[in-house]
Amino acid sequence: MAEVKIPIGPQHPALEEPELFLLTVDGEEIVKAEMRIGYNHRGMEKSAEFRTFLQTLYLFERICGICSHSHTTCYILAVEEVAGLEIPERAKFIRTLVGELERIHSHLLWLGIAGHEIGFDTLFMYSWRDREFVLDILEEITGNRVNYGINTIGGVRRDIPEGKIDDYLKALDILEERCQYYAKLAFEEGTLAARLSGVHYLSKEKAIELCACGPMARASGVATDVRFEEPYLVYDQIPFNLVTYDSGDIFGRTVVRVLEVIESIKIARYCLQNMPPGEYRLEKVPKKIPEGEAFSRYEAPRGEDVHYVRSDGGENPYRAKVRAPTMQNLLATMESLKGSYIADAPIAIASMDPCFSCTDRIALVRDIRSGKESRIRFRDLSKYGKGGER
Amino acid sequence: MTAELVQILLFPGFVFLFAYAMFVEWFDRKAYALMQNRVGPPWFQPFADFIKLMAKEYIIPRRANPLFFLLLPTGILAFVLTTIVCLPIASNRALYPFEGDILVVAFLLTAASIVIFLMGWFSNNPFTIVGGTRAISQMISYEVPLLFAILTPAILAGSWSITEITAYLRANPILLIIQLPALIIALIALQAKLERVPFDIPEAETEIVGGPLAELSGRGLALFHLATDIEMIVGVTLLANLFLGGFSANPALGLIEFFVKTLILVFILTAMRTVMARVRIEQLVLFCWHKLVPIALVQVLIAVLIKGWWLT
Repeated sequence: MAEVKIPIGPQHPALEEPELFLLTVDGEEIVKAEMRIGYNHRGMEKSAEFRTFLQTLYLFERICGICSHSHTTCYILAVEEVAGLEIPERAKFIRTLVGELERIHSHLLWLGIAGHEIGFDTLFMYSWRDREFVLDILEEITGNRVNYGINTIGGVRRDIPEGKIDDYLKALDILEERCQYYAKLAFEEGTLAARLSGVHYLSKEKAIELCACGPMARASGVATDVRFEEPYLVYDQIPFNLVTYDSGDIFGRTVVRVLEVIESIKIARYCLQNMPPGEYRLEKVPKKIPEGEAFSRYEAPRGEDVHYVRSDGGENPYRAKVRAPTMQNLLATMESLKGSYIADAPIAIASMDPCFSCTDRIALVRDIRSGKESRIRFRDLSKYGKGGER
Repeated sequence: MTAELVQILLFPGFVFLFAYAMFVEWFDRKAYALMQNRVGPPWFQPFADFIKLMAKEYIIPRRANPLFFLLLPTGILAFVLTTIVCLPIASNRALYPFEGDILVVAFLLTAASIVIFLMGWFSNNPFTIVGGTRAISQMISYEVPLLFAILTPAILAGSWSITEITAYLRANPILLIIQLPALIIALIALQAKLERVPFDIPEAETEIVGGPLAELSGRGLALFHLATDIEMIVGVTLLANLFLGGFSANPALGLIEFFVKTLILVFILTAMRTVMARVRIEQLVLFCWHKLVPIALVQVLIAVLIKGWWLT
C-alpha cells in the first residue's frame, strides 16, 4: 500500500482552531508528523504599536479566550515595571485570585476536551458542568465569564463584593470535592488509565532539551513553575505545592492538571480569606510611560507565558512581544507523535492544551496544487495596503 | 399470502421496526443524556433527523465509486431487514423458521458489517479507508466470541433454529442461568458490532471524522443510521430470544415482553457507552482474543458437557 497521509486539520472535529497536522501513517502507526501553523495570525504585536498602553491591555486580553487574564497580567506586570508603579496589595490579591480561578476553569475545560477526544463524553459533560461554578464566580467578580477585563494599569477595575466571599468559598468547597472525585477516578478507573498510560511519552531529558513547559513538563517530572521560580504578585506569601508526576505520558498530564486544580482551589481560598483591606487601584496613573524595557514571566494554565514591553517614553508601546506557552510545547509534541498510533494523535495534540491563536506570528500562503509558498515583504505589504502596486 | 405480506410489511415487519427503531434511538439518546446530566432530545428528534436527512442532497464525491455509493446504503438496510424473516419478534415464532436460521441471521449481520467496510473503501478518502480497515480488524475480533456465545444455547437446545431454541429454553428456564456468561460476552460483542463507545473505533469522530461514513450525506446517511438502529433492535431481539427466554405466544403479552426485554438490553448497552472511554484497536483485538474467546470456549465446553450428561 502506498503511504497514506492523514491530515488532521485545518478543519477537524478534534481541533478547536484551524491548524494542520499532516501524519504519514503505516497502518495505524505514525511514521512521520509534520505541522503547519499560521492559520490564525492576527498581527496583534504590530497593532499594539498603534495603541496606547491601556488599549493594548484590552487587545492582549483577546490573544486567547481561555487564558485572557494570564496575558493581560503578564503584560501589565511588565508595563508597571517600566513605569515604576507599585500597586496596592489588595489589587495583587485580586489579580492572583482571578488568575487561579482562570487556571481552574482552563484545566477543567481541558479535562472535558481530553475526555471527548478519547470518546469519553460523560467526563466531558461532567467536568464542564462543574466548570460552571468557577465561571459563575468569575462573572460575579469581574462581570464577564471569559475575557474578564479586570486588570488595569495600576490595579484592578473592580473590587471583590464583601458579602459574597462566603458564597464563593462554598462553591469552591463543592468544586474541590468534585475534583477529588476526578482525581480518584483517574487513578481507579480502568479504561481511562488503559487508554492514556504510556501514550505520547516524553522523557524528562527530552522535555528539558525541547524546552517543554507547564503541565506538559511537570508531567515528565521537570519541576518548573514560574510561581515558584520567580514569584510574582503574591505567590511568595501563599503556601501551595508544586505538582509533578513522573510518568511522562498523557495519563500523567491528566493527573497533574487535576491535582493542580485542587492546589488552585486552595490558593483561591487563601486569597479570599486573607484579602487585605484598602484601595484596589492607584488614584492616578501616568498616560505616558517613561522610557525603558521590561520582561515578565507568568505561569499561565498552559505553561510559561512571556511578555516583553519596551517604551520610548510615549503613549504607545514601542514594542510588545508575546511568547505563548503553546509555542514552547509544540516541538515536544511533534517529537513524541512519531511512533504513536493515529488513534492517539488527537489526544496527543490535545494533551499539550494547544492554543494556536496565541502562537501564530506569521501567515504563509501556499498554492495547494504546486505546493509553492509565497511570501510578501513588509514594504510590499504596506504598499499593498495603501492600494499601490501589487 | 396477504397475511404474510402484512406481517412482513406492517407487523412485525418494516413499519413496526422503523417506528421502534426511532423509539429505541430516542430511548438510547435520552438515557445517555440523563446519565450525563443533560436534558436530552425530545421524543420526535430521531424522526426529525431522519426526515431532514432524507430531504437533503445526496452528494457523491468525485473520487468515490458512484455505483457502490448508491447501492451500499440500501444494501445494509436490506441485510438487516431480511433478518426479520427468521427472527421471532414479539411472538414465539418467526415468520419462516427453518433449521439453520440462526446462522442465516449471524451471516446477515456480518454482511451488514462488511457493507460498512465497503462503504469506507469505495468512498476513497483517507479517513474512510482507515475507518474501513479498522471496521474489518474489529470484525475479525468480535465475530468469533459472538458466534461462540450464540452457539451455547444452540448446543443446549440441540437445534439450529432460533424458534426451536427459544421454545426449548422457555420450557427449561434453569438453562438461562447456565448461559449467563455467554449473554455477557454476546452483549459486549454486540456493542462492538454496533460500533458504539467504547468500541466505536471505526467511526471515532475525533480521530477519523466518522470513518466509513465520513463522505455520506443526505439519503445515504439517513438509511445508514436507520440500518444501524434496526441492527441494534435485531441484535437485542436475537439476544432476548437466545438468552432471556424469548417472548410469549400471546400477542399482547408477547409485545409487552418484547418491549421490556429489548429495552433492558438496550439500556445495558447505553450504560456501557456512558461509563467507558474508547479503546484502541489493538486493545480491542487483544481483549477479544485473550479474554472473550477463552471464556466463550469454556462456556461452550460447559454447554457440551451439560448437554451430554444431564439433558440426555
